[in-house]
Amino acid sequence: MLTLAPLAYLVAAVCFIMALRGLSHPETARSGLTFGMVGMAIAIVVTLMLPQVTGFGMIALGVAIGGGIGAIIAKKIQMTSLPQLVAAFHSLVGLAAVFVAAAAFYDPASYGIGTFGDIKLASLIEMSLGAAIGAITFTGSIIAWGKLQGTISGKPVTFNGQHMLNAILGGVMLLFIILLCGTGSAFYFWCIVLIALALGVLMIIPIGGADMPVIVSMLNSYSGWAAAGIGFTLHNNLLIVTGALVGASGAILSYIMCKGMNRSFFSVILGGFGGESAGAAEDMGDRVAKRGAAEDAAYLMQNASSVIIVPGYGMAVAQAQHAVRELADLLKKEGVNVKYAIHPVAGRMPGHMNVLLAEANVPYDEVFELEDINRDFAQTDVVYVIGANDITNPAAKRDTTSPIYGMPILDVENAGTVLFVKRSMGSGYAGIDNPLFYGDNTMMLLDDAKKMTEDIIKAME
Amino acid sequence: MEDDKDLTQKAADLANQLKELSNEAATLAVETGNAIAEKAAAGGHDAFLINGLTVFVLACFVGYYVVWRVTPALHSPLMGITNAISSVIIVGAVLAVGASEVGFSKMMGFLAVILASINIFGGFIVTHRMLSMFKKKA
Repeated sequence: MLTLAPLAYLVAAVCFIMALRGLSHPETARSGLTFGMVGMAIAIVVTLMLPQVTGFGMIALGVAIGGGIGAIIAKKIQMTSLPQLVAAFHSLVGLAAVFVAAAAFYDPASYGIGTFGDIKLASLIEMSLGAAIGAITFTGSIIAWGKLQGTISGKPVTFNGQHMLNAILGGVMLLFIILLCGTGSAFYFWCIVLIALALGVLMIIPIGGADMPVIVSMLNSYSGWAAAGIGFTLHNNLLIVTGALVGASGAILSYIMCKGMNRSFFSVILGGFGGESAGAAEDMGDRVAKRGAAEDAAYLMQNASSVIIVPGYGMAVAQAQHAVRELADLLKKEGVNVKYAIHPVAGRMPGHMNVLLAEANVPYDEVFELEDINRDFAQTDVVYVIGANDITNPAAKRDTTSPIYGMPILDVENAGTVLFVKRSMGSGYAGIDNPLFYGDNTMMLLDDAKKMTEDIIKAME
Repeated sequence: MEDDKDLTQKAADLANQLKELSNEAATLAVETGNAIAEKAAAGGHDAFLINGLTVFVLACFVGYYVVWRVTPALHSPLMGITNAISSVIIVGAVLAVGASEVGFSKMMGFLAVILASINIFGGFIVTHRMLSMFKKKA
């Protein structure tokens, strides 16, 4: 069995690659998921069959407890809370990595990497890296979860010398890693873990709520690197491959999100964005926005030949996706061509809006990404912007002093009429006014996203 | 007679010296053997480090190309799946519970098994929920 185990692990690794490959299209995605589950089953069963593994009772108990909790949470969670859930799951991977590293540290013999207090140098380095990344992922994800859930304020928490403190802590951690390698003392191992836990908190608190898509992706990536680090410690290629896949995936998602905001990864990490730093870029002075009622919106949309719906985080907050689908159905019945336009950073995690629309039974072939639909706005009669703001702000194109200058936006201003659903005239997360509000072809519908959509439906019927 | 006694004494001394020398040689041999074994083991580890790095870098490239092909509409399910599979770390946790004789390590492993299981089941189920919602136009 021992000789077959690495082969079986290889099969599992291939299954994981196939799982990610399946996600290239919604049609193949479900078979991809099956590959993922098969790969995981192979990995666990093969490990259980290793000759040195005994005491299945305790393992089965652990899997039953964890599996039960996981299944219940995953079945009950609301799709709008998905970003929080993912952040919470990341924290668990991080903590598990710390535990496995600790287990290996106190009983290296079981993993064939030396004896307690006399662990091979390379293993000590890998172990401390795995534990440190795991610990950062753990507390960082908890902070991200709190910000997404609203338990912690989404506002960036900044103080003087914050980056200095982080840099010093990072340096001290490096020192402890060197000391650990020199002495093999358990004291230093726990020092590394403690500092990493603190670093995780300090790294995420200065980052504002709207930057969370980047942060959630980044923590996703970290959880992968932690797994890879543990893989090096345990001499397990499957862990290394999987960790690298997950790490790469999270890194690419972070990159896509940063590009969607035209911000460098570094500036997101440094944080502070979304606080009071961003001043009003363009003085709107006494320009007045046109306001409208649900009846006006209903009339405009019914008499249009094409409508594009632009959803944003506000739709998720108001849980308005079902009402939006209903509205679209009514319009389609009247012969109106309805499409959805999704900005890469709409919502609080990559692909957030797509999942919410899918939940409301919107067919995925009616939902388009920014680059596929941006030219269509000019030929569209009515655009219904619901819960989105900055991703439609033309200042990103015209105003070089704007904090969001250069960010790719949905060109909704080119449409015949823009209906803008918003709770108040307040600015978006970036704290900048949106000149679109005062456009000649814009009508502001000031109300809760869900209530306004329902009112429009009533007016149509 | 004296000479004979001297001679036997000398012979005994020599024998003793020989014994000590052979003992020394033996310990030296054992030590060298150990050192060589250690070197070899270390060499084995270094070999794994190179092997592991090779696998790691290649897997990063595979991940890079595969993930870029994921459609943006499925980025949330992508996070769900990666979340679940990164919990393959459960392999290390199972080894700690099943193979370890050290109580503390067993305990750490047990906790890690619970955490990783939450993720595996939770991650796969929530991804399944997401994916089953994606439908084509009827």
